[in-house]
Amino acid sequence: MLGYVANRLASLVASLVVASVVVFAAIEVVPGDPASYMLGMNATPEAVAALRAELGLDAGPLARYLGWVGGMLTGDFGVSYTYRTPVSGMVADRLQVSLPLALYALALSTAIAFPVGIWAAARRGTAVDAGVMGATQLGVAVPNFWFAMLLVLVFAVNLRWFSAGGFPGWNAGVWPALKALTLPAIALALPQASILARVMRSSLLDTLGEDFVRTARAKGLTRGQALRRHALRNALIPVLTIIGLQFSFLLAGAIIIENVFFLPGLGRLVFQAISARDLVVVESVVMLLVFAVIVVNFAVDLAYAAVDPRLRRRV
Amino acid sequence: MNLLAVEDLSVEIGGAPVLRRVSLALEPGETLGVIGESGSGKSMTALAIMGLLPRSARASGRALLGEVDLLARTEAEMCAIRGRDVGMIFQEPMTALNPLQTIGDQVAETVRVHRRASRAEAQGVARLTLERVGLPQARFPLDRFPHELSGGQRQRVGIAMAIALRPRLLIADEPTTALDVTTQAAILDLLRRLVAEDGMGLMLITHDLAVVAETASRVAVMTAGEVVERGATREVLRAPRHPYTRTLLAAAADRPMRLPRIARTPLLKVEGVTRDYPGARRGLFGRETPTRAVRNVSFTLHAGESLGLVGESGCGKSTLTRAVLGLDALQGGRIVLDGEEIRAGEAMARELRARIQAVFQDPYGSFDPRWRVGRLVAEPFHVVDDAPGGEARTQAVAAALEAVGLAASDAGRFIHEFSGGQRQRIAIARALIIRPKLIVLDEAVSALDVRVRAQILDLLDGLSTRYGLSYLFISHDLHVVRAVTDRVLVMRAGEIVEAGPTERVFSRPTHPYTRELLAATPVLEMAG
Repeated sequence: MLGYVANRLASLVASLVVASVVVFAAIEVVPGDPASYMLGMNATPEAVAALRAELGLDAGPLARYLGWVGGMLTGDFGVSYTYRTPVSGMVADRLQVSLPLALYALALSTAIAFPVGIWAAARRGTAVDAGVMGATQLGVAVPNFWFAMLLVLVFAVNLRWFSAGGFPGWNAGVWPALKALTLPAIALALPQASILARVMRSSLLDTLGEDFVRTARAKGLTRGQALRRHALRNALIPVLTIIGLQFSFLLAGAIIIENVFFLPGLGRLVFQAISARDLVVVESVVMLLVFAVIVVNFAVDLAYAAVDPRLRRRV
Repeated sequence: MNLLAVEDLSVEIGGAPVLRRVSLALEPGETLGVIGESGSGKSMTALAIMGLLPRSARASGRALLGEVDLLARTEAEMCAIRGRDVGMIFQEPMTALNPLQTIGDQVAETVRVHRRASRAEAQGVARLTLERVGLPQARFPLDRFPHELSGGQRQRVGIAMAIALRPRLLIADEPTTALDVTTQAAILDLLRRLVAEDGMGLMLITHDLAVVAETASRVAVMTAGEVVERGATREVLRAPRHPYTRTLLAAAADRPMRLPRIARTPLLKVEGVTRDYPGARRGLFGRETPTRAVRNVSFTLHAGESLGLVGESGCGKSTLTRAVLGLDALQGGRIVLDGEEIRAGEAMARELRARIQAVFQDPYGSFDPRWRVGRLVAEPFHVVDDAPGGEARTQAVAAALEAVGLAASDAGRFIHEFSGGQRQRIAIARALIIRPKLIVLDEAVSALDVRVRAQILDLLDGLSTRYGLSYLFISHDLHVVRAVTDRVLVMRAGEIVEAGPTERVFSRPTHPYTRELLAATPVLEMAG
């Protein structure tokens, strides 16, 4: 088990190094000079050169790469070109919205998908199964911004249970903050839950057909017991993979929902930073997201090993 | 008083009858062999007794366990009976155990489902039961997972799960079919011992007549959903009354008459061949030490000869086969086919490739299901320079199909329209079409029923005479190898331990391992 963890950790570090090089190189080749962008069309070449020196853009690529990585390791993500404030503070502010939102949506999605997927698999071929498959098809197909607007209309405009958007901040208390995130989380969770429920169903159907489930029935287990004790855990591996992918997506991919609900999240920050050629912010946020994806993958790998003893090779 | 009495059991699936008025009887302490080919309904009979038929199935008749009609029980009542009064073991030990649970938990579960037992008590029963089936605590602690055990050991765990509560009836559905011959002998011994110790009734379902001959006191022969003959094993095997039983016995004893071939031209020379598998990956760059699968193997196959290669799973015969086919690079030695070296890893000359063809075990997996048979059979033409096209190609396909006993019109059909035996004929036609000198048959008849197998062996024998073919015949089945080869190699742990003329090796084996293999092979005593 220790060997397995060490192995996964080593590959985590290697992935981070490779990713940082790729992110840095990609930003290098993006057209557009931040200094001239910041100073506007009428800036003199001298002023641009001075600003480039001030921003450290005139150093060689290697020196800038090392400086960037070294800074990140010490928590210094640099200063935003456009806002003139430390990037770490900006990102931290946005994470306070995006991370809870992603976790909230993921929790909802899992809480919906597991029972629904298991229910459909256990009632394979019945009206229940057909109904679930139809509903999840719809859940995948409906655009989430449209669903988000529907939620706003019903629950914010008509029923007035929730506000239509904005985020009061965590200082206003946990409950108001969570309340503000509820509609966006539901809007985000619906398509994810639909996908996850379908994966859960098909994976469980596969394992229900396995020989060891028949063996369990021959021991005297009821159909339900065989499903719970034997099929379910064996069906989890593909489901865990999807959950990992969904978390990464929810963290960075919520930009449309953030816009619908006026939430100051990471997605909007990246979008604004890219339009303003604020490369320091883009680099940092992209690297942060890469880090999040890799850590989530690591967690998923550990979850695999927790589920499947064949992966914990004795060392 | 019968332990089990099946009376007029009929089963329909979606309106189609799969069992017709099956009747069987079994007494305590007795072993009943149920014999039949695939699709004969023998497994369906077992599932009907267990109440585990597919949902679309409808059963009628009676299955009395003592006084209790199992077919009339509710699902909840059956759950209480399964595992407690009736235990069942299955064919595939590799997949019949839950890979995520320890063997101790899986055996203990049988106890905990039926009795109010604490975890510790159930584990105690599991420990004793595993020891009874030959998995002592010292070497096989309860916290082992199935993947840490061999196929035979897993089958022992499966048996332990079935007998933990000492059921009155044990149903074993092809329990040794997936196992090597020495493992099979050990498992059959175990079953015989358990039956004697517990006084259970054992219903042994198998396609292998020899297994029944050695294990069962009475036998029932099934075909097409019906029991066509039943009686004492000895009587049925000596004087079969039903024509089907007679064909089955004749097929099992079938031995094509091989004329001794005298050509002494070497066709395939394998000289000091060594094959390693790289070790498992450790960390990002490290690897464990490689596994030597084939060590320093040498042999010669002569033109027109049929050479057998026998050994148990893991002995390296498949690895050696892959090397001969030029699929893997060698770590030592060389392989020469018809005067030219097979350099695996490099592109093999098409002209050399065309001299060797292969037929594999799985008649279902070795064809693209979307291609028509004509295209499948013609596929090897791509290694031939002057491949016929158009009408000539159609003619060649038709000739190849006819040579293996199929019709030229079969070229237009899809592979799923054919039975297992017919598919294997198509595989042979595909190998034959470019007139190779050597055909490698890798367990080519192992998945086939006994009558079909006999037909394919006859076909192979006829083809070798007609086209002067040589065969390298790889199999774990000693009966088959004895029937169709001139010389035989016995392989164990990557090495050839014995080689010689087939009849000599089988009648006077010199190596202890060959003797062990032969002793473990069940024998079908045929009265003349």
